[in-house]
Amino acid sequence: MPDVAIIGVGIHRFGRFPGKPALAMGAEAARDALADAGLTWADMQFAVGGSYEVDQPDAVVAELGLTGVQFTNVYNGCATAGSALALASQTIKLGQHEIGLVLGMDKHESGAFTADPQEYGCPPWYGEMGLFLTTKFFGMKINRYMHDHGITHQTLAEVAAKNYRNGELNPNAHRRKPLTPEQILGSRMVNYPLTQYMFCSPNEGAAALVVCSADVAHRYTDKPIYLRSVVTRTRRFGAFEVHTPSASVAADHVPAPTVDAARAAFEAAGVDPADVQIAQLQDTDAGAEVIHMAEVGLCADGEQNKLIASGATAPGGSLPINTDGGLIANGEPVGASGLRQVRELVLQMRGQAGDRQVAGEPRVGLAQLYGAPGVAAVSILST
Amino acid sequence: MAPVPIADDLFTWPDDEPRLIGGRCAECGTHVFPLRAGCARCGAAAVERALLSRSGTLWTWTSQGFPPKAPFRGEFAGTDPFEPWLVGVIELPGQLRVESLITGCTQDELEFGMPMRLVTMPFRTDEDGQEIITFAFSPEGADHA
Repeated sequence: MPDVAIIGVGIHRFGRFPGKPALAMGAEAARDALADAGLTWADMQFAVGGSYEVDQPDAVVAELGLTGVQFTNVYNGCATAGSALALASQTIKLGQHEIGLVLGMDKHESGAFTADPQEYGCPPWYGEMGLFLTTKFFGMKINRYMHDHGITHQTLAEVAAKNYRNGELNPNAHRRKPLTPEQILGSRMVNYPLTQYMFCSPNEGAAALVVCSADVAHRYTDKPIYLRSVVTRTRRFGAFEVHTPSASVAADHVPAPTVDAARAAFEAAGVDPADVQIAQLQDTDAGAEVIHMAEVGLCADGEQNKLIASGATAPGGSLPINTDGGLIANGEPVGASGLRQVRELVLQMRGQAGDRQVAGEPRVGLAQLYGAPGVAAVSILST
Repeated sequence: MAPVPIADDLFTWPDDEPRLIGGRCAECGTHVFPLRAGCARCGAAAVERALLSRSGTLWTWTSQGFPPKAPFRGEFAGTDPFEPWLVGVIELPGQLRVESLITGCTQDELEFGMPMRLVTMPFRTDEDGQEIITFAFSPEGADHA
């Protein structure tokens, strides 16, 4: 019997909302999730809030109600939502509280993320030379991966085109205009081999989940979706990661943090990668989705050309991936991004995904996050 | 005024055959770059200054197709129209894979595994007219200047 159930999901559309504070979006996402669960804010015994730009996500209580609830703020880069969900899961498993809210929100400037390199353990010259850039890391990683495993430029374009098609069917996506592989390949080269339309953009939005002890889930819903595991990991010695001026060759072929997080998540869930029927992966760029398919264990390195060309990862395929358009169509408000993924899994596993509902009532789903400076989170859900 | 490096303790200078300044752990022998106190492998605060190999091979690369935001300060981005440049990871055998600018070649000339060597290149001129240089890797035998 699983320990933790997800009984409510909510979202504030991802996109650009001039003049609207992140906390206002967070409050709307929270109300959406509470309404989905048939509950109110006063029913929440605890809350966890994640954000990159908002210092204190708990300030959302000004809008939701000052109930005195235990509210913990977390930040863990692009894996923030994984850590927020992990803390909520632990709170329930420890028996401290029975029911709570997990909330993520952000409001980023346009363009690639930047920061003080020293805050990421890198020297000032690394930033001054233009090396402190996530996008160039992703270009270098997929370029090497294409060399090693024969992934084609066409595969990258097909991945992005699929995610724009899925975004077209998602009323909460930022980018809802379909693009052809030719348009994607022909757009401006950002970091070879990745073009403009192969990248996601930092943007704005919020998402929320209501979670509770699995023992009481049926009080609130006929269709609880269970959180079987959630694991976060950081990079190991020798791994080639974002914001790494150098990596040792003394430990070659070191698994990426996503590999470690996925293995641990599968073990904790008692689930095999072959059982996964739907996945939401960190598609910071089209290459990242390709690589993460293999890193989480859903295929072997190099199989992606065939899987993508055959439509296996499209909504009608055997393993639909990024069914709501992923980061490429939704953008990435860091604190909310992973909760959007989990919301999409829950809707698909309930059979409530509307126009983008996949066939076959998926019973096992996986969500994965990855970001600077080498942190990953993997969650496994089941009916 | 003679050009000065972008940072102290980054590469040997002045030097006709410059080398990156890294470290080597006195406990486990692992190389680190840039020079820092702790060892990335064993955690011992026993890293001693060590010069890295000047030569290596190209492990991966990409193009930089837009001018980065601050803290980027390179003046090679100031061209109009914007000209992309190249960056990559150079494997120094038995030591490290190092991220670097790539100079002295075009994108079409790059091949995985090709021999590369450390060079210096102009970076920017500061407010006092002081020329600042930085490190880059260039294909072995290329005329990088």
